[in-house]
Amino acid sequence: MLRRKEILRLPQAWLLLCLLAMALLSGCAREGRAGSITLAGSTSVQPFAEILAEEYARRYPERPSVNVQGGGSSAGARAAMSGTAHIGMLSRELAGSERELTPTVIAVDALALIVHRDNAVTELTKEQIKGIFSGRITDWSELGGAPGPIHVISREAGSGTRDAFDGLVMEGEDVLPRAIVQDSNGAVRETVAGDPRAIGYVSLGLVDDRVKAVKVDGVEASVETVRAGEYILVRPFLFVTKGEVPTGVKEFMEFVMGEEGQSILAGEGLVRAK
Amino acid sequence: MSRKERIAEAILTVVGLSSVAVLALIIFFIFREGAPFFAEVGLADFLGSTRWSPGKGHFGILPMIAGSFFVTLGALVVGVPLGLGCALYLSEFAPKRTAAVLKPLVEILAGIPSVVFGFIGLTVIVPLIRDHLGGPGFSVLASSLVLGVMILPTMVSITYDALRAVPQAYREGMLAVGADKWQTVTSVVLPAARSGILAAGILSMGRAVGETMAVIMVAGNATIIPTSLLDPVRTLTSNIALEMGYASGLHRQALFATGVVLFVVIGALNILARSFVRNRVR
Repeated sequence: MLRRKEILRLPQAWLLLCLLAMALLSGCAREGRAGSITLAGSTSVQPFAEILAEEYARRYPERPSVNVQGGGSSAGARAAMSGTAHIGMLSRELAGSERELTPTVIAVDALALIVHRDNAVTELTKEQIKGIFSGRITDWSELGGAPGPIHVISREAGSGTRDAFDGLVMEGEDVLPRAIVQDSNGAVRETVAGDPRAIGYVSLGLVDDRVKAVKVDGVEASVETVRAGEYILVRPFLFVTKGEVPTGVKEFMEFVMGEEGQSILAGEGLVRAK
Repeated sequence: MSRKERIAEAILTVVGLSSVAVLALIIFFIFREGAPFFAEVGLADFLGSTRWSPGKGHFGILPMIAGSFFVTLGALVVGVPLGLGCALYLSEFAPKRTAAVLKPLVEILAGIPSVVFGFIGLTVIVPLIRDHLGGPGFSVLASSLVLGVMILPTMVSITYDALRAVPQAYREGMLAVGADKWQTVTSVVLPAARSGILAAGILSMGRAVGETMAVIMVAGNATIIPTSLLDPVRTLTSNIALEMGYASGLHRQALFATGVVLFVVIGALNILARSFVRNRVR
C-alpha cells in the first residue's frame, strides 16, 4: 500500500499534475479575448479561412478571435445579409439580390491540369478535358500522345478543388467512377509525377517542376494569365460584408488583404488578389 | 473488506464501466446520425446501387462493399498462410532461443503506424505493380499485399497461443507411437488448435476490414466494382475517411450510414470469432 508521501515521489504523479496545470492554464489563456468574428459560407474557402484565422489568433492574440463555419456559398451570402455572420465566404460571383453585399476578392483559385513530364501532350481543350474525365476519351493516342490508357486522377467528392473542377470543367457531367481518387493536391501531384499515363488537376500554386501543366484552350496556366483573365479554369474567392462593419471585422479584413494574409493564401496555392 | 478496498473497488467499477459506456455512446451516435439516411434514401438504393455521386444525390455503396470484400479476401490470402507458417515455426520447430527473439519482433510489426505501411506501399509496391504488371498501380493487389503484412501480428500471436495451448502430452503421445515431428504437427497439433486458428483468421479479417489509412494510400479509391486484381478499389472505411472532412447534410448522413454497415460487419465478425474461442474452451 502506498502512502501519500510515496505517491508524490512517483514520476507519473508529477507528470499528471503538470498536464493538469497546463490544461488549466491554456484554458485561461483562451478566455482572455473579448467577442469574436464569425465567418460562414463556401466549404472551398473554409480551409483557407481557417488557416487565416489560426494565424490571426497567433499573431494578434489581443484581438477578437475568428470563428469559421461552412454551409456553402449561398448560405454564406444569406448569413452575411441576415447578420448571422460578419463575413460571408463565396467561391463564386455574387448573383441576384446578393449584389447588395460588398464583395472583396481575397484570392483567385485556379486549376491546373497536370500530366507526367515525359508526356508528349502539351495542350488540351476544355472539351477534351471533359471527355477524358467523363470517360469518353480513354487513350493518349486520341490526344496526340504515345498510345496507352489514360489514368485519370481525381479528388474526393466534397473537396473544394473537386467542386471547382466539377463547376468549371464537368458542367453537370459525372467524373468517371474508374478514376483514381486521391485525398489531397499533394497526393494527386505525386501520383502524376510517378505515372507517365496519368492526368490530374491541382490548385495552380501547387504545380512544381516534377509535373507538367498543360495549356488549356491554348493558354498557359500561370499567375500572369490568371491575372490577365485569359486562363479559363479560375474562380474567385470572395469575402462579403453588409454595410458598415465593426472595427474588429475591419482589422481582420485588413490582415487578409495585407501582405501577411496574402502571402499565407499564396503559400496555400491560391493566386493573390493583388 | 476494509474501507479502502471498497473505495478502490468502486473506482475500478466506474472506470471499467466507462469503457463500456463509450462503446454504447459510439453505437448510439453512429445509429442516430445514420438512421435518418435509411429512411430518406432507402436500404435498396444504398446497398444495391453502384453509383456513388454525393453531389448529385446518388449514394450507392455496393462498390465499396465489394471493395472491402475483395481487399479483405486478398489480405487473408496473403496473410493467413504466412502467419500460420510463422506461428507453426515459432511454436513447434524453432529452437527456444530463436523463438524468444523472433516472437517480439513479429509483435513490433503491430506497433508500426499504419501510415508507414501505406507510405511504403505507395512508394514501393504501387510503382512496382504499375511498371511490371500494368494499370495505374493503385489496386486490389497493392492493398492486399500491404494489408496482408499488417494482419500478420494478429494472425501470428493468436495462432501461436492456440498452438501453445495444445497439451504437451498430445505431442509426446504421438512421438511415443513413432510419429515424426511433421506428422505430429499435421495430424494432432493443428487439428487440436483448429478453433483457435479460425479465431485468429477471423480477428485478422476484422483488422483488415477496419484498416483505413494504409488502404486509402494504395487502393486508388475508385468507386467501381473491381474486375481484376489491378483495378483500383474503394473500401467502406476509406469512403468515410476520404469524404468526412467536407460532407454536410445527406452526404454526411450517408457516411454515417456507411459506418453503420461497417459496424454490423465488424460486430458479426467478432461474434463469430468469440463463438470459436468459446468452443475451444469447452
